[in-house]
Amino acid sequence: MALIVELALQCFQMMLVVALAPLVLGVTRKVKARLLRRIGPPVLQPYVDLWKLMHKEAVIAHNASWLYRVAPYVVFAVTWVAAALVPTYATDLLFSWSADLIALVALLGTARFALALAGMDVGTAFGGIGSSREMMIASLAEPAMLLIAFTVALVAGTTQLSSIAAIFINVPVGLRVSLGLALFAFVFVAIAENARVPIDNPATHLELTMVHEAMVLEYSGRHLAMIESAAALKLIAYFSLIACLFFPFGMAAGDKNATALGVGLVAYLAKVLLLAVLLPIGETSVAKMRVFRYPIFLGGAFAAAALAVFLLFVSRGF
Amino acid sequence: MAAEIALGCVAAFFAVSVLAIALSRISLATPIVYGASLVISAAAFASALAHLAGDGVAAMLALPVGLPTIGTQFRLDALSAFFLVVVNLGGAVTSLYALGYGRHEHAPMRVLPFYPAFLAAMNLVVLADDAFAFLVSWEFMSLTSWALVLAHHQEPATMRAGSIYLVMASFGTFCILLAFGVLAGADGGYAFATMRAAPPTPAASVLAAILVLIGAGSKAGLVPLHVWLPLAHPAAPSHVSALLSGVMTKVAVYGFIRIVFDLIGKPTPWSGLVVLTVGGLTAVIGVLYALMQHDLKRLLAYHTVENIGIIFIGLGLALAFRANEMNWAAALALTAGLFHVLNHSIFKSLLFFGAGAVLVATREGDMEHLGGLIHRMPQTAVAFLIGCAAISALPPLNGFVSEWLTFQAILVSPQLPQLGLKLAVPAVGALLALAAALAAACFVKAFGVTFLGRPRTPAAEAAGEVDPLSVAAMYLLVALCLATGVLPGLVIDLLAPVAKGLVGDVMPRQAGVPWMSIVPIAQSRSSYNGLIILAFLICSGTLTAMTIHRFATRATRRSAIWDCGYPLASPAAQYTGSSFAMPIRRVFGTIVFHVYERVDMPGPGAMRAGAFRLRVFDPAWLFVYGPIARAVGAAATRLNRLQFLTIRRYLTLVFCALILLLVVVAAWR
Repeated sequence: MALIVELALQCFQMMLVVALAPLVLGVTRKVKARLLRRIGPPVLQPYVDLWKLMHKEAVIAHNASWLYRVAPYVVFAVTWVAAALVPTYATDLLFSWSADLIALVALLGTARFALALAGMDVGTAFGGIGSSREMMIASLAEPAMLLIAFTVALVAGTTQLSSIAAIFINVPVGLRVSLGLALFAFVFVAIAENARVPIDNPATHLELTMVHEAMVLEYSGRHLAMIESAAALKLIAYFSLIACLFFPFGMAAGDKNATALGVGLVAYLAKVLLLAVLLPIGETSVAKMRVFRYPIFLGGAFAAAALAVFLLFVSRGF
Repeated sequence: MAAEIALGCVAAFFAVSVLAIALSRISLATPIVYGASLVISAAAFASALAHLAGDGVAAMLALPVGLPTIGTQFRLDALSAFFLVVVNLGGAVTSLYALGYGRHEHAPMRVLPFYPAFLAAMNLVVLADDAFAFLVSWEFMSLTSWALVLAHHQEPATMRAGSIYLVMASFGTFCILLAFGVLAGADGGYAFATMRAAPPTPAASVLAAILVLIGAGSKAGLVPLHVWLPLAHPAAPSHVSALLSGVMTKVAVYGFIRIVFDLIGKPTPWSGLVVLTVGGLTAVIGVLYALMQHDLKRLLAYHTVENIGIIFIGLGLALAFRANEMNWAAALALTAGLFHVLNHSIFKSLLFFGAGAVLVATREGDMEHLGGLIHRMPQTAVAFLIGCAAISALPPLNGFVSEWLTFQAILVSPQLPQLGLKLAVPAVGALLALAAALAAACFVKAFGVTFLGRPRTPAAEAAGEVDPLSVAAMYLLVALCLATGVLPGLVIDLLAPVAKGLVGDVMPRQAGVPWMSIVPIAQSRSSYNGLIILAFLICSGTLTAMTIHRFATRATRRSAIWDCGYPLASPAAQYTGSSFAMPIRRVFGTIVFHVYERVDMPGPGAMRAGAFRLRVFDPAWLFVYGPIARAVGAAATRLNRLQFLTIRRYLTLVFCALILLLVVVAAWR
């Protein structure tokens, strides 16, 4: 019986992220539109868009291979698993130990690998430019991400997300310089990985500035729906990571009774929605960067994360 | 018993080698030689695996040949058994592949006699238990592999590769020879047992460790000793390339581990720091150069340099932990390094098989002339894709597991007492992450340009699938990539006796961990479970597919390429390998590369064609080997005068040399 409850809680988390992901995207777009003094689409528009895309025929180039058709499923499935493994409303779910922070980053890397290959499948210049730039950004973001993982793991003593959250809830770690720097670096990495301004503009189809959109330019219909929802899932995965690593309060960390789970769920929803409001505020206050300024942006993230690690090596008190 | 079987397999390899010469006029020689090699390798693999999984007690064997006082000693302990597993696994699968691939060889007699002898030599290196046997088999391994590299000796590039390889191999052996001299001391105890029993003085141990790092590192491909590797490995026939890259570099790693961990004994922390730093730099520089290549096999060879770097990061960490008596952490780092040894031998062989298949199907190794092969070689494409994913350290495949273990070992580093190590280890961790991310970029490029897109030449257009035996060998390795990726606990438990013998401790036993997860250290709560991840991926993939098929329309229309409305018919409009690597070339260009780019753009109205020229130099040639070659040339010119002396002067020179040697010997005693 206990096992069934545990399994149900795990499945609920899996369904929660996939159901919530388009809403988060909708809120982000709405807030961004309001900040630009537009009315903007309704908050639920992403659900409608996905439904519409699923009922449009998929147009595929003559020379597209099986990889082109399989990649959206792989990207979606892998991103979904990654997003579902981040603790959202409770720690210590049934399978929370099956992947740690490093494995999670690598899982998102698997999705990126599949998408970058799909971008090169048809053999267009746009697909290639997108894939090539995406991999360049990833190669700059990943070392920073790993140093963030080091920082958190050094403070908490483990790379297991669920254990990290539980430790941060139960043991007062206080306000730490190292964690602050890690959060700063993490936000930069999250912006780059999710193709948001100033690295990439999710709304643009202006040819030479796009990265993610160039990769998926050829996609349509149900395949595009999968890729768009995978992008939304990736965004919510990063939001959940921020919530879990840096602001884990409210999460059900002890025994899982209904009250604790309810509080955890409400806290999680509040945190994610707050981040969904903060993201467009940040986005509208900066301008998109030139491609070859990315190393400076991500180098900043890397430097902050490295500083956090080195501070911890100097003294565990930072 | 296991040692006898292993030596019996070596004798059988030599017999096949002789047989190959006898069969030189028979057309069936190719299948006979490779078939026999396959059977012998499989037997040696099974016996070594049984020894590793069984009691693992060191088996000794002495032959009454060799040095007068000690004869020839052989020993099969857990470390040797593990490397025998790696060597013979690679040998068996390569022989299976060569059963199909070898038929395309136009001069088979340049390969056939040397191939079994090369396998025998690698087995012998791993078995040798005295310095003489080790050096003879090491040099024999170099020479047989050199002969194999020169199989296509008509091409000028191969000739150059062969001569550079010969120089580097002799240099490496020379360093190892000196290392043994230092370890044996003035009394000349050349049996490994004698060296183990008498730990060297600190100065001698540092000197020997540096000499081994150079000697074994030049064979394995540590930067800046890697320069021969990207020339020699691609020059050989592809199945030999797989052996050179996948297996022979591992024998070099074995040489390093045997001498540094086993014979030298307790290391100093700084030796760990040096190995670690060299490993980190090798990993990043190797992968950056791999990204710049457009020849598929050369790209793979540069990538071997990267993976050797990752292995040496694990070994360097193990040395650092061992020096500080943190044996449990040393066991973790060593296991991570050895796991990567096995993983790399699997996926690098697989990738070279794929590159060989492409070479056979198209007669073209330059990926800028390929493209679209996924349609014409579907089975090779799938196998190559999985190899690419495994080497890019993507879960749930095997490359990720060993890198994850290395990261876990890095996370233990704050407990090291030395501040220098404390600061260096996370920096190396960042280098490792950079190398992993760049590896993914590199293999998106390798697979994307070669197999995806539209064919760039008629040769790529006309390609066809290769023979079933080659494909079978590739899928065998694909299965191994997946099996070691989802069940890593089995490999870690197999490696326990190796770690026990070398650093005196083991990783926690993985067989008892619930759900077949792996845990790096008993007290940390980190864990990873490839099996559950794979199960999750299958579940979510199936669920997604079912949902899509239930709710979405299945209507699909084939149409022309969209490309924002401006599709260009010419396949030259696609992204090429060089253009794919351009952003990374620009980001890292000023630091690492010597890039020479020239754009010749005709002005408005000019009718001539534009041109873009790109040349990338390896700085090792400019900064290390160029000056050395010039210095050697200058010294040779000076020494020319010695050729024209009178007999009196020659006698004086000989006399002086004799006196000098006697003084040295007297001072050393």
